Amino acid sequence: MRILRAIFGHGSGRIGGIIVGVYLLVAILGMLGLTPHNPITQYRVDRLHAPNGAYWMGTDLFGRDVASRLMAGVGQSFTVAFFSVAFATLAGTVLGLAAAWLGRRWDGVLMRIMDVLLAFPAILLALLIVTVAGPGTWTSVVAIGIVYTPIFTRVVRGPALSLKAREFVDAARTFGSSSSYIVTRHLLLNLVAPLTVQVTLALAWALLTEAGLSFLGLGTQPPAASLGLMLSDSRNLMETAPWLMIFPGLAIMISILGFNLLGDALRDILDPRMRRAPA
Amino acid sequence: MTPLLSVSDLRVGFGRNPQANEVVRGVSFDLADGETLAIVGESGSGKSVTALSINRLIDFGGGRITGGAIKLKLADGSLFDLMTASEPQLTGIRGAEIGMIFQEPMTSLNPVLTIGRQIEESFQLHRGLTGRQATAAARDALDRVRIPDAARRLKYTPNQLSGGMLQRVMIAIALACNPRLLIADEPTTALDVTVQAQIMALLAELKRETGMSMIFITHDIGLVAGIADKVMVMQNGQAVEQGELNQILDNPQHPYTQHLLHAVPHFANGSATRSDGRRDKGASTEPALKVDGLVVRFPLKSSFFSRATGAVHAVDGVDFDLMPGETLAIVGESGSGKSTTARAVLGLVRSTRGSFSVGVRKASAEQSALPVQMVFQNPYASLNPRLSIESILAEPVIATGGRVKAETRARMVSLLERVGLPKNSLERYPHEFSGGQRQRLCIARALMLNPSVVVLDEAVSALDVSVQAKVLELLVDLQREFGLAYLFISHDMAVVERIAHRIAVIYAGQIVEIGDATSVLSKPKHSYTKKLIAAVPTIDRRHEHFELDTRQVPSLVRPQGFEPAPARWEQFGPDHRARAEA
Repeated sequence: MRILRAIFGHGSGRIGGIIVGVYLLVAILGMLGLTPHNPITQYRVDRLHAPNGAYWMGTDLFGRDVASRLMAGVGQSFTVAFFSVAFATLAGTVLGLAAAWLGRRWDGVLMRIMDVLLAFPAILLALLIVTVAGPGTWTSVVAIGIVYTPIFTRVVRGPALSLKAREFVDAARTFGSSSSYIVTRHLLLNLVAPLTVQVTLALAWALLTEAGLSFLGLGTQPPAASLGLMLSDSRNLMETAPWLMIFPGLAIMISILGFNLLGDALRDILDPRMRRAPA
Repeated sequence: MTPLLSVSDLRVGFGRNPQANEVVRGVSFDLADGETLAIVGESGSGKSVTALSINRLIDFGGGRITGGAIKLKLADGSLFDLMTASEPQLTGIRGAEIGMIFQEPMTSLNPVLTIGRQIEESFQLHRGLTGRQATAAARDALDRVRIPDAARRLKYTPNQLSGGMLQRVMIAIALACNPRLLIADEPTTALDVTVQAQIMALLAELKRETGMSMIFITHDIGLVAGIADKVMVMQNGQAVEQGELNQILDNPQHPYTQHLLHAVPHFANGSATRSDGRRDKGASTEPALKVDGLVVRFPLKSSFFSRATGAVHAVDGVDFDLMPGETLAIVGESGSGKSTTARAVLGLVRSTRGSFSVGVRKASAEQSALPVQMVFQNPYASLNPRLSIESILAEPVIATGGRVKAETRARMVSLLERVGLPKNSLERYPHEFSGGQRQRLCIARALMLNPSVVVLDEAVSALDVSVQAKVLELLVDLQREFGLAYLFISHDMAVVERIAHRIAVIYAGQIVEIGDATSVLSKPKHSYTKKLIAAVPTIDRRHEHFELDTRQVPSLVRPQGFEPAPARWEQFGPDHRARAEA
């Protein structure tokens, strides 16, 4: 509650929070099927209608309602983004803590593997994994999750290393606290703030990567809707039916803006050094 | 004659509403040419803010001068109003007229530039010197602060010089343009006591040479005696007492000044040491802790694959024993191995060789699972900020496999009460407590497991003098009540004097002198002990001429397989021995 109030007291946090909130609502409605029309029903007679009262964002080449597909697409994209970021957060936190806590060779080996993963551009690595594993919603989740794991590993390892050298960890060792107790209570608990910020920002990247994969036909498979897939379908009709491209494009853009604004705000709010406002 | 600097009714506030948040509330003083004013006070007393207001650096720290007047007499005799001056005017004054040195020499210099470059910068800015001229001026400046081999040292970067050397470089920069006023803000607080003595000597000599005026800010009233002409004691943003040096030291009027003076050590007669619990009475009792031939070495490797080529001998053959109810103080300067010794006793660093035995406490029915506990130096870093006090106190119990039961909670409450913290502390978090309170929490945490030995690693060093005194009192009370043995690691002789029964002086990883506190402090035998004690500022010696000593601590890096020669000890009295010197 306190954090929500802080977000809404923060300039860009308010905007970001509202955007993300609206998207979450749309995503839930889209996933529950509470859309104006059925997103995959093809209204053959109403093909390529411009936006009007019945079809708020027009219809596509097959006569499907763009607004409904957009809502379902947002639901789909958010699902992939949330699960992949959850995957990356979990894997990255475990690996980062392991590298920092075990140190020495473990640290060296784990971080070099992460360096190798980071050397690939995100979309290329995701493409590689999806091509090997075959396209689909869950393979995209895993692929995007793996792509963002190294970032979380690094975000966790750095502060964990410095926390490990703090005196309260030394103190814990003098009373013989177990490693698991120290790692969870003394390290992880102090990492909640940087992780929260990273999760918000990673959600934006994951959305973009998912859209990219779907655009290339390797993510969500037709006839299911996704923002990237809708953009991909609109390519050849850019001049005859620009609404096919404008709405999903705007949806991606605004969602990423929202997550970034929210992430920036959280960084300011959770970072104690930023807490003091300049006089 | 008009004074060089005249400050009247200075008021400084912070935040959005500076009038309501005043940190300095009506401070006035005059400083004549060639005079030194010492401003003494604890953290938060407003002493630094006062100094920073004089050259208006406070504007950059978020402060606002809300009232009063600051007037500086320029070389031509005209008065310059520092309150109303514009920023470009002030830039000309800073450095040229008012020099400043800060507390932390390590962070006051840019780590990637050579020190020569950084000294030259000052000459370029204020005197327009360039190229060879600037280099020559920089070399002269280093010579002036007695840095040996100045020409070569100009090419060093800050990491290649010790803290004391860096502070000299800072002084060289501050004095580059012969300012008529030098503001020194705790210039020796981050330094070892023998280095502190050298810097103080240097400042005193430079003052004599140049005839500049100085404002010397410190929390240690003992330092004042050797350098100041006038003293101002500050508390809560106000000057509670000011006057001539002798008047303040001999006849302090304000209770706070008296309190500060009381904390200054008096080694000469050894009268201030503790007289309780002398070890000679029950000589047959089992020691609470016995350390035998402790050696800690850190192997040095030039690369990941190569074999160790040598080792840092951090602790090299340390033996001592510690009786129940006794305090053994281990004193030494940074890098001497005193903290490593403490950490080795607790198993925080692995000892290369040596044995410990922890005595069994006969009197207590309830034997502790971990008889040795520790209190750390920094009260801000030794408590996890995200855990409540209850979780913090419960941790030792959980760690030793215990359950948090009603009686555990009862013990927490009684310990909190015993260390003088409010009852409702359990649900609160560390940030709600002050430094002294946090150190009390750490003491309570260390006592949760009912230990017989408590290792106090610089446990009161981070605290202000008045808080320090109260925590020391608490420690002494707890020692009497629970029969605790303290291993008290410290660099601060004033604190050691008040808590130790016995003192071990450690130098370059070895104990050079050990014995009962009175004897060691009043009749030191080893040359290092003598030097250490002579360097401690006391109010008994005024305007003393310090001698400069540029010897460095010997390197602790030894080739592989090196073993130190066995120590020869000379006995001086029943419980006082020192290592024989070559």
